[in-house]
Amino acid sequence: MKRLLGASVPLGAALLAFMFGAIMILFLGEDPIAGLRAIIDGAFGTGDRLAATAVRATPLLLVGAGITIAFRASVINIGGEGQIIAGALLSTAVALWIPGTPKVLLIPLVILAGLVGGGIWGAIPGALKAYASVNEILSTIMLNIVAIQLMNYLLRGPMIDPIEVGTSRIPQTQRLTDNAALPTLIDGSRLHLGVPIAILAAVLVYIMLFRTPLGFRLRAVGHNPDAARAAGISVEKNIVSALGMSGALSGLAGVVLVFGSESLRLVTDGGSAGFTGSAGFNGIVAALFGGLHPLWTIPSSFLFGSLLTGATELQRALQIPNALAIALNGLIVLFVVSSDRVRAWLDRRLDKSMRPGDAA
Amino acid sequence: MEHTPLLSMHNITKTFPGVLANDDVSFDVRNGEVHTLLGENGAGKSTLMKILFGLYKPDSGEIRLRGEVASITSPTSAIEQRVGMVHQHFMLVPTLTVAENVALGLTSSRGFRTDLDVVSDRITEISEQYGLSVDPEIDVWKLSVGERQRVEIIKALYRDAELLVLDEPTAVLTPQEVADLFVILRQMTDAGTGIIFISHKLHEVLELSDRITVLRNGRVTGHTTPAETSRQQLADMMVGREVKLAPDKPHVDLGLARLRLRNLSVKGDRGTMAVVDADLDVHAGEIVGIAGVSGNGQRELAETVAGLRPAEAGSSVSIDDVDLTTATPARTRAAGLSYVPEERMKDGAVGEFQVSENLLLINHAEARFRRGPLFDFAKIRDHCQELVDQFSVKTPSLATPTSSLSGGNIQKLIMARELESKPSVILAAQPTRGVDIGAAEYIHSQLVEQRNEGVAILMISEDLDEILGLADRIAVMFEGRIVKVVDRENATKEELGLAMAGAEVDA
Ligand SMILES: Nc1ncnc2c1ncn2[C@@H]1O[C@H](COP(=O)(O)OP(=O)(O)O)[C@@H](O)[C@H]1O
Ligand SMILES: [Mg+2]
Repeated sequence: MKRLLGASVPLGAALLAFMFGAIMILFLGEDPIAGLRAIIDGAFGTGDRLAATAVRATPLLLVGAGITIAFRASVINIGGEGQIIAGALLSTAVALWIPGTPKVLLIPLVILAGLVGGGIWGAIPGALKAYASVNEILSTIMLNIVAIQLMNYLLRGPMIDPIEVGTSRIPQTQRLTDNAALPTLIDGSRLHLGVPIAILAAVLVYIMLFRTPLGFRLRAVGHNPDAARAAGISVEKNIVSALGMSGALSGLAGVVLVFGSESLRLVTDGGSAGFTGSAGFNGIVAALFGGLHPLWTIPSSFLFGSLLTGATELQRALQIPNALAIALNGLIVLFVVSSDRVRAWLDRRLDKSMRPGDAA
Repeated sequence: MEHTPLLSMHNITKTFPGVLANDDVSFDVRNGEVHTLLGENGAGKSTLMKILFGLYKPDSGEIRLRGEVASITSPTSAIEQRVGMVHQHFMLVPTLTVAENVALGLTSSRGFRTDLDVVSDRITEISEQYGLSVDPEIDVWKLSVGERQRVEIIKALYRDAELLVLDEPTAVLTPQEVADLFVILRQMTDAGTGIIFISHKLHEVLELSDRITVLRNGRVTGHTTPAETSRQQLADMMVGREVKLAPDKPHVDLGLARLRLRNLSVKGDRGTMAVVDADLDVHAGEIVGIAGVSGNGQRELAETVAGLRPAEAGSSVSIDDVDLTTATPARTRAAGLSYVPEERMKDGAVGEFQVSENLLLINHAEARFRRGPLFDFAKIRDHCQELVDQFSVKTPSLATPTSSLSGGNIQKLIMARELESKPSVILAAQPTRGVDIGAAEYIHSQLVEQRNEGVAILMISEDLDEILGLADRIAVMFEGRIVKVVDRENATKEELGLAMAGAEVDA
């Protein structure tokens, strides 16, 4: 009963957002039904589009799965963008450093590097919170900026493509060797290894959270740090590891964005969204939309992925700016976040009505 | 000479779906007396009072006020008939002043303009008459719990209550505040007010009441007076069987000192010294009780022993000769400490966790609960079921959220978890505060059993009866110091009470 209501709230939020979107299309003088059809067609119409949707969903899912870890431990991680960049930088550096390594060795190595890079970028605000009481919302946001500047510096200097040095100086690395590309699952398709890796990661996060002592401690600390501490659980260590693991998964998203891309290189436009596509933020939304449950984050990420790819077709078919899709995205965020309130309220109401009233 | 009672309730019956909350209950209250309703949680006390206050309609029965059949259909009509009620959860608006809160719901003597100055004057008058000392102009949020309660009492007196109901008023008060409240209530009865006092604390009931009515499972199990009865008899009537208020303690030879505190000094939350130079040994096979009014350093002492609060330089804490002065909670537990914290929902259990999860809070990482890296839920279930059965924790299932259990059952759950590790030292703070008599009896018997098996137990309690019933040795804390240590045989309640009040510093 409670679970059913919990699931219906985000769906209601999505429906409401779509209705707003339809009204906006109407105001632009177009047919909303055609708009919806274009989105669906753009996201799922052909095998290629389906693959593109899955690829777009992958970083969202990785970030989102990480977010569920942090939020379950009651730490708020807004640092997905920075952690993606840190993972991408370290893994790209590894690939540049040992270009000749065989694929079977190189891919695991860059994945590891991405996990470590993102993990460190997450563990830093974790340690600051645990040992110096620095608010993690502030520190993760600031570390996003630090990561962007670090990327700008590295891609303009030490890691720049040698060809660019004397010419246009575009801030990007050289194209990585083909043995560094994530293997595709179907020949001729964009569907690459990152997709099953992300799904596997979400499942592993679920198992970690609910079936291992580590997840048990994280959740205990998240619910009641005082009781956890009195029971001998280190609140500090668990805060660091929650943010560290959360960051590591975002770092892995950075690996997928570089090594799964067609250009096979890391390139910056001076901000972060040019590289990450805002996956570090959208992943939070996907996780919230999935009720902070790692398994529900899988379909939720695919929904947002399809919205992103569908928007391209919307633009092409109806000449509607794809900013509308971004607005739609924003609307869903708004509704989900406010509906989270609704859900908390529902929870409280249900708890009360289910408990035998001890009217003291 | 026979008075007409102020209130009489006759044959009141009230059912909720599936629960018979009041079953043919009759009792009466006279002017100028405190009549206590005594009963365990769920006995039906609040329900009966809500009927009196017009919040519930009885299925059958009759209420008479001053001899006349009264029809009380709402709190407003109750107030009109001069019945006042202080609910356990206060009904005050924190952002308003005392006077504004009192005036809420009343019509102004000046029609559309407020008459807060009149209200304030009257509050000051009432406040002086009963020694309530409440400033009518102060915002309610600035008041302590005890002061807010007095505002509730003033609200009732302002409305001219002749019959005042107080539903578990002492549950939220410190012992000093309780003493103050009792003085106020006595002044009110002297002025002719009839008071219905609800509690399940035996010593309070015996101290304050003129008459006592005991309820169990919605039924009256006895009418008595303090002169005619005893703690033991009241407890038996409440629980419905013979209760052991103080468990039998066989003689046990003292073993070595297992827990040692030396020169223990600890800072409190505000940075001032909360514990000063405490020296104490607890031996295998003894229960040492720390008596004292709360706020005299007991909590800080407990937290330091548990590894939750740092000790000052020069202090030392050890268990079985392992130095734990700077140890983490994990290390103190590894050294053999079990800790039953004072605030069970804050420090003792994770409310959102299932019963089984709280049972595993300490030893969840042990290999016996896992298959490889993953939890073995079948084994965990068996283990938890065993603990729940052994400690008779009443819960609908192992998956029930812990916060929905009663206080007594949560405490039994914590005890089950803490005793399961076969500790060498148990530190139990207020182990039975707010717990039903039946559960308290069980928890006491478990502590004594552990003592008999050679565990060293340090028990902190504000309840002198609990200390006298359980401890082999008693230490009194006052203003952070251990001011007195006596063997149980040589301890008297009076002497301990004096030491707790700081009267005799001779340690
Ligand atoms: N509003 C209600 N709905 C259903 N059951 C109730 C309600 N209020 C009380 N009860 C039940 O009636 C019984 C008596 O409760 P209560 O009068 O609150 O006891 P007490 O105040 O003595 O602790 C309990 O079993 C309680 O669960
Ligand atoms: Mg009650």
